[in-house]
Amino acid sequence: MSKVKVTIDGREVEVPAGSTIYEAAQQVGVEIPTFCYDPELTRVGACRICVVEVEKARALVASCAAPVGDGMVVHTESERVVKARKNILRLILGNHPLECMTCQKTGDCKLQDYCYYYGVNEAGFEGEVKELELDDTNPFIRRDMNKCLLCGKCVRKCEEINGATAIDFMNRGFISNVGPAFDDPLEESPCVFCGLCVDVCPVGALLPRESIGKGRPWQVEKKEVVCPYCGVGCSINLHIKDGEVIDASAVEDSPVNRGHLCTKGRFGWDFLQSEERLTSPLVKQNGVFVETGWEEALQEVAKRLTEVRQKYGNDALAGLSSAKVTNEENYLFQKFIRELGTNNVDHCARLCHSPTLAGMEKAFGIAGMTNTIEEITGAGVILVIGSNTTETHPVVSYRVKEAVNNGAGLIVVDPRETRLAVEADSFLQVRPGTDVALLNGLAHLIIKEDLVDQKFIEEKTEGFEELKKTLDGYTPEYVEKITGVPAGELREAARLFGAAEKGSILYTMGITSHTSGTNNVLSVCNLAMLTGNIGEESTGVNSLCGQNNVQGACDMGALPDKLAGEHSIEEKDTGLTAVEMMKAAAEGEVKAMYIMGENPLLSEPHLEHVQEAMEKLDFLVVQDIFLSETAQKADVVLPAAAFAEKDGTYTNTERRVQLSRAAVAAPGEARADWEILCGLANKLGMNWDFSSPEEIMKEIASRNPNYAGINYQRLEESKGLQWPCPDLGHAGTPVLHREGFARGRGKFHPVEYAPPSEETDSYYPLWLTTGRHIFHYHTSTMTGRSRGLGSHVPEEMVQVNPEDASRLDISGGDTVEVASRRGKLNARADLTDMVPPGTVFMTFHSSELAVNFLTSDEMDAEAKVPELKVCAVNVRKAEQSH
Amino acid sequence: MGEEATALPEIDLDKVDEVVDPFLGKKGIMIPVLQNLQEEYGYLPRPAMEKAARKLKIPVSKMYGVATFYAQFHLAPRGRNIIRVCKGTACHIQGASKISDRITEILGITTGETTEDYRFTLEEVACIGACALAPVMTINDNPHGRLTPDRIQEILDSYE
Ligand code: SF4
Ligand code: SF4
Ligand code: SF4
Ligand code: FES
Ligand code: FES
Repeated sequence: MSKVKVTIDGREVEVPAGSTIYEAAQQVGVEIPTFCYDPELTRVGACRICVVEVEKARALVASCAAPVGDGMVVHTESERVVKARKNILRLILGNHPLECMTCQKTGDCKLQDYCYYYGVNEAGFEGEVKELELDDTNPFIRRDMNKCLLCGKCVRKCEEINGATAIDFMNRGFISNVGPAFDDPLEESPCVFCGLCVDVCPVGALLPRESIGKGRPWQVEKKEVVCPYCGVGCSINLHIKDGEVIDASAVEDSPVNRGHLCTKGRFGWDFLQSEERLTSPLVKQNGVFVETGWEEALQEVAKRLTEVRQKYGNDALAGLSSAKVTNEENYLFQKFIRELGTNNVDHCARLCHSPTLAGMEKAFGIAGMTNTIEEITGAGVILVIGSNTTETHPVVSYRVKEAVNNGAGLIVVDPRETRLAVEADSFLQVRPGTDVALLNGLAHLIIKEDLVDQKFIEEKTEGFEELKKTLDGYTPEYVEKITGVPAGELREAARLFGAAEKGSILYTMGITSHTSGTNNVLSVCNLAMLTGNIGEESTGVNSLCGQNNVQGACDMGALPDKLAGEHSIEEKDTGLTAVEMMKAAAEGEVKAMYIMGENPLLSEPHLEHVQEAMEKLDFLVVQDIFLSETAQKADVVLPAAAFAEKDGTYTNTERRVQLSRAAVAAPGEARADWEILCGLANKLGMNWDFSSPEEIMKEIASRNPNYAGINYQRLEESKGLQWPCPDLGHAGTPVLHREGFARGRGKFHPVEYAPPSEETDSYYPLWLTTGRHIFHYHTSTMTGRSRGLGSHVPEEMVQVNPEDASRLDISGGDTVEVASRRGKLNARADLTDMVPPGTVFMTFHSSELAVNFLTSDEMDAEAKVPELKVCAVNVRKAEQSH
Repeated sequence: MGEEATALPEIDLDKVDEVVDPFLGKKGIMIPVLQNLQEEYGYLPRPAMEKAARKLKIPVSKMYGVATFYAQFHLAPRGRNIIRVCKGTACHIQGASKISDRITEILGITTGETTEDYRFTLEEVACIGACALAPVMTINDNPHGRLTPDRIQEILDSYE
């Protein structure tokens, strides 16, 4: 790239041609004020506060937009410049409410800073003051457009990064303004409350509502933690005043989220301070909980577990670990259970991730998202299948958006018209549970149209001929019959995917939570290998984990068939999986359970069984931060510290091990899970002497070869390390399978389409599919206790296509009865063409409306994943509305 | 007229399909779509804009932004007859504001408003080039010049 020489305030610097004056100034450390400029957004040059004087140029130029020229001589603070800036500031002050005394932005406000710097404190003329109404109806953001400078950064963040495009400029002249269409409040717009606009607003026009009045920037200490919600694993700065979190912001230099968050990470931290946090151990006596000390509670647990072991044997014990707690804690939990002599240990990743483990291990030899989140931005085409990424992994959806902005093609396969589907070049609206047929159909066409990567197939794979045979029958017409996707659309999608140089496939639970989960994963792997989209940057099979430490919990061996690392357990010794544990408890085989940070009473399918099972147990100990539905059934409840209250590591969906340090103290007597486990282990004579998570990591590194090169010091120095990281000199592995596959050759597995475990019939004529809502997270143990997240979208609805609704004589808002072969519940109907005719949709967050009463616990034969995603239901108007 | 003073005319959203379908899959079409919608309905009804935006996969915030930027678009229903009082310099000097005041007195609406029965909408324009006849107003593009407040009632009465 050619370079040019410029002189800025007397300092000479060489910068790449095409850089802006602003960028050149930054290189020599000269700060230029800006309002409308943001490095990741389109340059608009609207506010002109950044003007500078260029020698020989007549007018002042906006440095954020003007490119440098060779030999240019720039003055950033000349008399003319200062005069112009002062004028701009006066004009703004002319109709800006002067409320600095109470404004939350004070101390962090660009207008205030620049006025201070240039000594401007009044307009010098009587300006007309705007009197726009405050938008204060939502729980997250307070909009005061009277303070808006019209810099437009919020509009561009919302459109260019998030993609919600909820707001824009409106009107002209003095009354011009920024906000949602029809000047509606944000709450009634497509806004998803990511807070990106709040964090970029240079003034106090957009403010985080919860923080108002709680502290000034100079009173706040920022501490970095890993987000406790989804598998993206964003880094968050918690803003802490007097030991209390008052706000949060994205960490700018995190390689995962680089300055972005979603609503959960940005606004969902306040459950930490909930009144409902557990603060003392509880022991049930005559049916009621009594607060006790730790000594007594741990003694009780040790005694009861020992009794059960002695009476019924080790395998009468079972433990559920958690994808929400750290690696160290998962490691200790499985170690604890195994030292008690049983392999009955599992965690909720069973519900989403295990088909990925099973499928990828068969196809590639090692399981895990093959590439890095950031690489998505460089893909030529992205296939999103069974993932409502916008809602489940918002920050990943920003990267998809960025790729599309860069010109990537987008194919979305989903039963529902998700937001990404709306933006897609090709949207294939499949019948629920027919993904194998669809993927086989795509593969069929890619072979037929000769879009395969022959060289890759020959050099790196095996089993192609068998695959070809199986795929032969999956003509577009046959596939159309099964999936409902028109043959023509399938063809177009196949061409789009096959023709691109770099194709990246993203999927989540829509692929895995099926009786065909493992087969779904295998067919995704087939498609990626066929097109040579493995082992290179911006390609890959990218499974997105639900919770923030699903990958880690699996790596730590919190699984019935695996120890930490790749060590599989002999089949005869394999323990019970999560769903099997419940069945065994119901049948009286499992007598005692230890549940850490999980809430199976909401998340497991076929809830009635689970409830019965819990009631039949002789002894149940639950360790959690809240008295969850499950904890209420326990004999002993142990209060745990939450994510921001302890040290530890989490492994995000892209295999990045990240260190999160304690930022605040745990409430009352609550303790970190690892501490509780150590205490309990020693009560049971296990002689553990871990004094910190750092020490536990040392043991992990010695057990799991993928973690061998990981320690706290390295994590602290880097921004996380991606496994495999086999030795201390290894920089981590962003792209898997680069040097070939772990199993030697990648293996094609021909898979046939099999219908979902249940069929619709005349009694249960509709498909129910379940999923997640952006404001909520899994079973809402945390989000339900967050003031903002809990109050927004308070009611769970069932989405019904208007066509079905009119046939069933249902209007929007009616209470309807949704019945499956296992149970029924009432909910209000939301008529929307997001769902196709014949399919209804519900989320599984709220305990009032536990949709898992309806779902089936049929399992995928291999990975033992229950089929949460589809079941047959009947929907009718409820007798009585309530 | 009393019985006509009903709420908004019923909006037939099927017409949105007729307007929008020819534009599906094309680019840079926001303004023509809005123009055609306005032609169809007389203004831009919210549900029609929402439906059009959904069909065209344009964020409705963008569509609203454009619709409120250009003076040619109207977001509220307008009257059958559009009165435009000239506020150019010549008309101003000749007493344009007295003319507007008189209209306001008779119809009970000010600039930018529409009568409840949708008979009239009152607007302002800059010089329309008929300064010799100042003060001037147009109703449905028919010019009326050399106005005096006492001629207004009679002129308005001639529009249904
Ligand atoms: S919170 Fe996010 S989605 Fe909502 S307006 Fe701001 S940037 Fe857009
Ligand atoms: S609200 Fe803030 S970010 Fe948005 S245009 Fe106004 S000043 Fe800029
Ligand atoms: S995308 Fe996931 S990790 Fe990032 S802030 Fe949102 S919930 Fe947290
Ligand atoms: S910052 Fe350069 S014009 Fe606004
Ligand atoms: S000023 Fe009214 S017509 Fe010219």
